[in-house]
Amino acid sequence: MATQQSRSAARMMLAPAVVLLLAWMLVPLIMTLWFSFRKFLPLRGGDLGFAGFDNYTRFISSSAFWPSVQTTLIIVGGVLLITIVLGVILALLLDQPMWGQGVVRILVIAPFFVMPTVSALVWKNMFMDPVNGLFAHLWKFFGAEPIQWLSQESLTSIVMIVSWQWLPFATLILLTAVQSLDSEQLEAAEMDGAPYLKRFWYIVLPHLSRAITIVLLIQTIFLLSIFAEIFVTTGGAFGTKTLTYLIFQRVLESQNVGLGSAGGVYAIILANIVAIFLMRIVGKNLDT
Amino acid sequence: MARAVSNNRKLLNTVIAWTIGILIFFPILWTILTSFKTEAQAIADPPVFLFFDWTLENYEVVQERSNYARFLWNSIIIAGVSTILGLIIAIPAAWSMAFVPSKRTKDILLWMLSTKMLPAVGVLYPIYLIFIELGILDTRIGLIVVVMLINLPIIVWMLYTYFKEIPGEILEASRMDGASLKDEILYVLAPMAVPGIASTLLLNFILAWNEAFWTLNLTAAKAAPLTAFIASYSSPEGLFFAKLSAASTMAIAPILILGWFSQKQLVRGLTFGAVK
Repeated sequence: MATQQSRSAARMMLAPAVVLLLAWMLVPLIMTLWFSFRKFLPLRGGDLGFAGFDNYTRFISSSAFWPSVQTTLIIVGGVLLITIVLGVILALLLDQPMWGQGVVRILVIAPFFVMPTVSALVWKNMFMDPVNGLFAHLWKFFGAEPIQWLSQESLTSIVMIVSWQWLPFATLILLTAVQSLDSEQLEAAEMDGAPYLKRFWYIVLPHLSRAITIVLLIQTIFLLSIFAEIFVTTGGAFGTKTLTYLIFQRVLESQNVGLGSAGGVYAIILANIVAIFLMRIVGKNLDT
Repeated sequence: MARAVSNNRKLLNTVIAWTIGILIFFPILWTILTSFKTEAQAIADPPVFLFFDWTLENYEVVQERSNYARFLWNSIIIAGVSTILGLIIAIPAAWSMAFVPSKRTKDILLWMLSTKMLPAVGVLYPIYLIFIELGILDTRIGLIVVVMLINLPIIVWMLYTYFKEIPGEILEASRMDGASLKDEILYVLAPMAVPGIASTLLLNFILAWNEAFWTLNLTAAKAAPLTAFIASYSSPEGLFFAKLSAASTMAIAPILILGWFSQKQLVRGLTFGAVK
């Protein structure tokens, strides 16, 4: 058992991390809250006084707000759907016996390590460019008119790029879960003549449910705040302005800090709703 | 759940898996290949795959034109120092939570994780303002601190899950034998903790290297790392495919290799030990 002395030593060792994170969380948060109630235009007069809930109502009633929420939800939802469905299929496939399993796994995981600005630019120019992109060549080869990916199909393009980045993560986590599946149970079901789909539905999927939930929640948190992919591809044009990007524009481009801060408070509330669910799941795991 | 199957089945698996693997990897492969082409070959129609005149010209041009080395150096310093600083702060914290747990340990861990979920954009302006006030906008010091803080919860968590697996009996045995706290850490814990610390270092270096919100918004010219260097290629230089490819390859190659080594730790680190 820990002695009194080691307890106080432990507290001392914990203190720096706690104090730093507390400051990192509270100081900007309080400042954002403060700004959100001010009329604050750094380039046009600075802090012009108390604004009440003005920024909050203006942010929500601006014509860009609801479309940005919709865009955010489409991107998050689309990427989640694609990465989880393909991730389950890929995880099951990679678990099968084959030659060169290690190499295939390395190939599949690679996109996760590519920095977001690089992957967005490579996709934007080398694949989705309407004249010289690889897709344009492919379309022309089949006699079709090349698509203006990032202007006509902008949301689809962003979802494709981001899905490519996150598929490895989903696959890796689901694969880890698949590998812990009890093969005897599956074999018994197979002996009893259960067809593959039934085995998948009643044995594999329930086993994966926990891993799927984890993927869902962690990706949601990261996807809610994707920035670089939009920054270097469309710059928020063509209906790709997410809530994150809208706030970024309000704060840094139009220098309306009060309005942007109110938007930031909305984003924090949104992320917290997601976070509460994640905490519950991770928290449960801590007991076992 | 691997089971014995016929060779035919194995062949089929192999073919399907390799096809999908190569398709997923293709954008990276294509970028690397294009970086060795001339600009004309890079946009050739139909595209050339392997049979072109390989050249290193693009690498030379990128190197000369954009002072690549400085961005690379910034990336290495920011990712490296922030990770090491994070470890220095996190190791004692994780150690104390793993070996001297209290009633509040679980709450503290969860709270640390929750700071990770604060959307960066929500606090962008305050940080921006603090940076201006302190005169650390567009400095490596400023970015090191921010990147260290956003990764600190992950570092603490990873170390915690590793330390928890070190059996407590060994510690008790060493205490019985009269080892002091210093001996205990130095001779008993450290050797067992090194592998965990190493993989934490690796994964967090990768995360720091690829961080692209704060690095884009808090730097201009002096402290800009590779994420910003590549972003400057968004237009119109991005239309020069071969040079874009060379720059991209230079930015991702080191991390890709590190990443392949740490794939197992990735699961553990990013799921906070919830999937094993």
